[in-house]
Amino acid sequence: MNYRNLHIIFLLITLLVNAFAKAETITVCASCQHTSLSNAITAAQAGDTILVKKGTYKEYNIVVDKPLTIKGENFPIIDGEDKGEIIRIVSDNVTIDGLFIINVGTSYTSDHAAIRVVRSEHFLIQNVVLEKLFFGIYIEKSNNGKVYHNKVIGDAQDEYNSGNGIQLWYSKNVEVSNNIVQKVRDGIYLEFSDDILIKDNVSTNNLRYGLHFMFSNDDVYTNNTFENNGAGVAVMFSKRIKMFNNTFKKNWGTAAFGILLKEINDAEIKDNLFEENTVAINIEGSNRIVYSGNDFIRNGYAIKVLGACYNNTIEKNNFLYNSFDLSYNSKLNDNVFRDNYWSNYTGYDLDKDGVGDVPFRPVKLFSYVVNKTPETIILMRSLFIDIIDFSEKVSPVFTPDNLQDLTPKMTRY
Amino acid sequence: MLKILKYSFFDLIRSRWSYVYLLFYLGLGSVLLFLNNDLSKAVITLMNVITILVPLIGTIFGVMYYYNSKEFTELLLAQPIKRSSIFIGQYLGVALSLSMSLIIGLGIPFALYGLFQSDEIWDFGLLLVTGTFLTLIFTALAFNIALYNENKIKGFSYAILLWLFMAVIYDGLFLMSLVAFQSYPLDSFSIGATMFNPIDLSRILILLKLDISALLGYTGAVFQKFFGTGFGLLISIVALSLWVVLPVLNIYRKSRKKDF
Repeated sequence: MNYRNLHIIFLLITLLVNAFAKAETITVCASCQHTSLSNAITAAQAGDTILVKKGTYKEYNIVVDKPLTIKGENFPIIDGEDKGEIIRIVSDNVTIDGLFIINVGTSYTSDHAAIRVVRSEHFLIQNVVLEKLFFGIYIEKSNNGKVYHNKVIGDAQDEYNSGNGIQLWYSKNVEVSNNIVQKVRDGIYLEFSDDILIKDNVSTNNLRYGLHFMFSNDDVYTNNTFENNGAGVAVMFSKRIKMFNNTFKKNWGTAAFGILLKEINDAEIKDNLFEENTVAINIEGSNRIVYSGNDFIRNGYAIKVLGACYNNTIEKNNFLYNSFDLSYNSKLNDNVFRDNYWSNYTGYDLDKDGVGDVPFRPVKLFSYVVNKTPETIILMRSLFIDIIDFSEKVSPVFTPDNLQDLTPKMTRY
Repeated sequence: MLKILKYSFFDLIRSRWSYVYLLFYLGLGSVLLFLNNDLSKAVITLMNVITILVPLIGTIFGVMYYYNSKEFTELLLAQPIKRSSIFIGQYLGVALSLSMSLIIGLGIPFALYGLFQSDEIWDFGLLLVTGTFLTLIFTALAFNIALYNENKIKGFSYAILLWLFMAVIYDGLFLMSLVAFQSYPLDSFSIGATMFNPIDLSRILILLKLDISALLGYTGAVFQKFFGTGFGLLISIVALSLWVVLPVLNIYRKSRKKDF
């Protein structure tokens, strides 16, 4: 009996010693014991660090199945040679740092990614550079992780055979920050992912959307820049979204928007900058949203309301030199406009309280005409159009007559 | 011809109205700039003003000058001078002095405000080019009207009617036809229709600069090609040049045959 107890104690001690043993560092290089990352991972114990020296490693389908830290020194190149997925993480507590991954295989049946995280927690992917990719970083059913300071440079030509830069699917509590994503299909894509923090990212020149998310609630987007994307940013079917201090620029095209909001409820859109977009914000079926402190500068349409939008508040924004400040396709209005600065406002302020004495009507008759007959856009800024706009302003017939900013600001914020 | 041009030009330069016109633009430019404190907004406002006002002044001035200098013209006709040089010289004298008032009047306040350091310089350049084109076109049209009408009152009314038609009525008819035929493909028609009105043409040139983001919102391959590439700019400039050349040719033709 004693002997048996001793045996168990001994076993426990070895286990403890193992667990507390200082994690080893395994080096991978051309002349090392391990010449490939996969070999090193097989040899490594949980908690070890794998240091990958500078060089080119032609590998794909690398599976990280234990908690490891994989660190690249001077950006070693992992070349997938277009054969398939490159790194798959299936264990908790994995860190990937400083790798340069290229040539992810394109497939029409499975979404090959440069780095895929599957059902794992506490992952950290940072300082990774991805080029010539299909999907970039793909987080699948994995929570509580961080994607930080990566650079994803795609070369997407067509929507049907390109993937997304950073994709989150059924993941919660992930932070995506300081990443640069260019020339992929969707820069950052979220689906069924709640409590995500997206901040300080730059998503530009993407084929479709700079940021695209669906069915993802309680997410926060701050300080991101979305520029020159095929269709801007699309936000659909989500609740309680916060978008602060983002920049939406130069999204031009027939179906391009600064943000497209569809079925978004209880969101807050504050202090963003919308500059030179075809449509800065396109709203459809979105309720109880607060828009405040935004700057709309030189957009085709600042806000285009397509219908079924109730109880929205638009306050304290700057509307500067937009071709159309607001476009409505119905006569019904249930949204509140107040305290905005409109560069098109021509009223006066006799009592000098900084608020215009006559209300401002942001919907012009011409925007109604353009909605009905799009070709008439060619008559914009014509004297005749100014005359009919003026007569509509005096007595509204076609535009919602209760849609007005009763307290237009005289100076911009 | 150059002698006549020089004479007309200096005659107009000395006249009170040229100064009034110059001062008007000078005042407008400075007021806009110093009230707005914003170059781009001032450029936008000026563009609206220019497409309406420059044609009006061009037509009225052209007709007025022709009728006023009629006696002098008849005196000149008695001399051994080619008729075309007399009329084309007079036309160029009026058109160039008006263009100069416009360019100097707007140029000075903008240059003082620091135009050359800003990126609005191209927009402003385009503004001056359109203004000059419109002056050339509408002065030529006014000379045509005057050549065809001996009666001053009739000539003036036609001139004003021409301006009113081009500035307002044309666009009204245009809009109505677009709305009436909205179920048909209209892109080629609408671009074609703008070519027949120099005011619309210069407006399009301005739109290409200012409202390009809104224009690109419309789905139509023809529009996309016209507005999305340099093609639109090129076509508009060519059409504007045609609008200058054709009326001038007609002045030349008419003046050779006309009885005095």
